[in-house]
Amino acid sequence: MAEVLVLAEHDNASLAKSTLHAVAAAAALGQVTVLVAGAGAGAVAQAAAAVDGVAKVVHVDDEAYANPVAEDVSALVVAMADGYDGFVAASSTFGKNVMPRVAALLDVAQISDIVEVVSPDTFKRFIYAGNALATVKTTDAKRVLTVRTTAFAAAAATGGSAEVETLQAVAPTDLARFLGREVTESERPDLTSARIVVSGGRGMGSGENFAILEALADQLGAAVGASRAAVDAGFVPNDYQVGQTGKIVAPELYIAVGISGAIQHLAGMKDSKVIVAINKDEEAPIFQVADYGLVGDLFQIVPQLTEAVKQTRAA
Amino acid sequence: MKILVPVKRVVDYNVRVRVKADGSGLDTANVKMSMNPFDEIATEEAIRLKEKGVASEIVAISIGEAKAQETLRTAMAMGADRSVHVLTDAATDTELQPLAVAKLLQAVIERESPDVVLMGKQAIDDDSNQTGQMLAALLGWPQATFASRVEAVDGELHVTREVDAGLETIAVKLPAVVTVDLRLNEPRYASLPNIMKAKKKPIDQLDPAALGVDTAPRLTYLKVEEPPKREAGVRVEDVPALIEKLKSEAGVI
Repeated sequence: MAEVLVLAEHDNASLAKSTLHAVAAAAALGQVTVLVAGAGAGAVAQAAAAVDGVAKVVHVDDEAYANPVAEDVSALVVAMADGYDGFVAASSTFGKNVMPRVAALLDVAQISDIVEVVSPDTFKRFIYAGNALATVKTTDAKRVLTVRTTAFAAAAATGGSAEVETLQAVAPTDLARFLGREVTESERPDLTSARIVVSGGRGMGSGENFAILEALADQLGAAVGASRAAVDAGFVPNDYQVGQTGKIVAPELYIAVGISGAIQHLAGMKDSKVIVAINKDEEAPIFQVADYGLVGDLFQIVPQLTEAVKQTRAA
Repeated sequence: MKILVPVKRVVDYNVRVRVKADGSGLDTANVKMSMNPFDEIATEEAIRLKEKGVASEIVAISIGEAKAQETLRTAMAMGADRSVHVLTDAATDTELQPLAVAKLLQAVIERESPDVVLMGKQAIDDDSNQTGQMLAALLGWPQATFASRVEAVDGELHVTREVDAGLETIAVKLPAVVTVDLRLNEPRYASLPNIMKAKKKPIDQLDPAALGVDTAPRLTYLKVEEPPKREAGVRVEDVPALIEKLKSEAGVI
C-alpha cells in the first residue's frame, strides 16, 4: 500500500481544520502519516493522532519550527521522502508556499489545488480560474499535491488512535527568518473561510456606501467582499477582491450586491452553494448564476434585508 | 541590485476561454492575450525599486512562442531595461509545465546572476502557483511568496506576505525569489513615448535546448472539460420572499 505524508498546518496549539480535508484526500491515495513540525506542539500531534484515518503521526519538536519558513519545512519533508510515495497539504497559503519547493527538490511535478482523486496517479483540478476542469495524470513516481479543501469532506477529528513517533529536526537552512505576524483583527470571519459572504460591486457607488453591506454582514455573521470593479473604483482595498485575480470563495451563501457579474468575478464565487444577486439591471449576467435574484434598488433592498435578518434571528 | 522579472503571455483576464468540444484543451486561437496580471505587478515593483535607487537594472524574461516578445515589449515599455526570450513551441498553459519553466529560468539565472527574481505568484491560465517556489528550491535560494510589501534592509529583503490569517513578515537573504500578490502595488500604464522607446530595447533570444534543460512534461492532460454548469435560479419579488426562500428552501439562514 502506498504511504502518504500529510503536512499538518497548525499554530503550535491546535490543528487547522484544513488539515482534516487534506487527510481525507490523502486517504484516497494510501496509508496516511501526518507530519507535525512545531515548537511545543504536542497537543497538535495528539490531535492529529486522533483524526480518523490517520495511521501514524511524526512529531518534530524544535524551536526552528515555531514559525517555520518554507525553506526549513521543505528540507524536513525531503529528508523524510524515502519512506513515502505521496505528499499532501491543504491548498492554503501555507501548503502553497511549501509543497512546490518540496516537489522541485524531489524533481517531480506538483499538482495544485486538486478537487478529485480519480486514481492514485490521476487527479482533477480547475484551470483558467474555474472555466475548465482538467484531468491530469502524473508520470512521476512520487506525487506532491495540494488539495482544495472545499472539494473534500473533512476527516473526523476523532475516532483515530495513531501512534506518535518523534523525529529530530534537520539543520536549519538559515536562508530566511520569521519577523512577525499581523493577524487581521476583525469581528467578521475571513473571506476565504466564511460561511456567508456579502459582496459589493460598482453599483455600491462609493466606499462609504459599503457601510450598508457591513451592517448586513454583521447580522449574518458574514465576511465582506467586493468585485474587482469596486476595488478599481477605489471603494475598498484590494484584499476584499473576490475573483480570478482576487480570492476564490465557496461559502454556503454568497450575496452579490450591485455586481454585474463579469467573468472574472464569477470565476471567484460560482462554486458557492447558494448565490443571491441584488441588482437594478435585470439583464445583469450575475442573474444567470444566481439561485435567487432580486431586481431593484440596492439602497432600499439591503437595509430591508438587514432588518429582516435581524427579526429572523430574534424570532 | 539586479532584478530579473519573468513575465508570461496569457489569455486576457476578461476573456472567457472555451473548452474544445473534443476535450483536448482550450480554444485560445484568436483570443486577446495580455501579460499575466500578477507579472504586471512584479514588473511595477521592480521599476519602483529602481526609481528608489535600490535596483540598478531590470531584465524581463519570457518563455514561449514568438509572440511572447509582445509581452516583453510591454514590460520594457513599463520600464524594464532589456529582455531575454526563450523561444519554444510548447503550449505554455499545458505543455510547458512549472518544473520545466523553473529549470529554464534557473539556467538563464546562472548566466544573468540577478540578486532578486520578482515574479507573479501564479499565472491565470494554469493557476498552478508553483514556479517561483520551485525556482527558489532549484537555486537553493530563499523564497518570499505572496508579497504585499517589499523593502530592502541591510542587504536583505523584508517581505510582508499575504497569508490566510492576515499578514506575515519575513526576512530573506539575497539572492532571493519574491512572488507578488495583488496588494503590492497598482501597475502603471505605459506611456506612448515609452512604448516607442521600448521598441529599441534589446531582446536576447535563447533556445531551450541550448540551455541544456529537459522540458518534457511530467503531467499528461487526459481531458479538459467544461465545469458543471450552474443553472439560473428564480427571481423573487421582494425581501420577505427572499428571506423565506433562504430559510425554508435553501436552509442557509
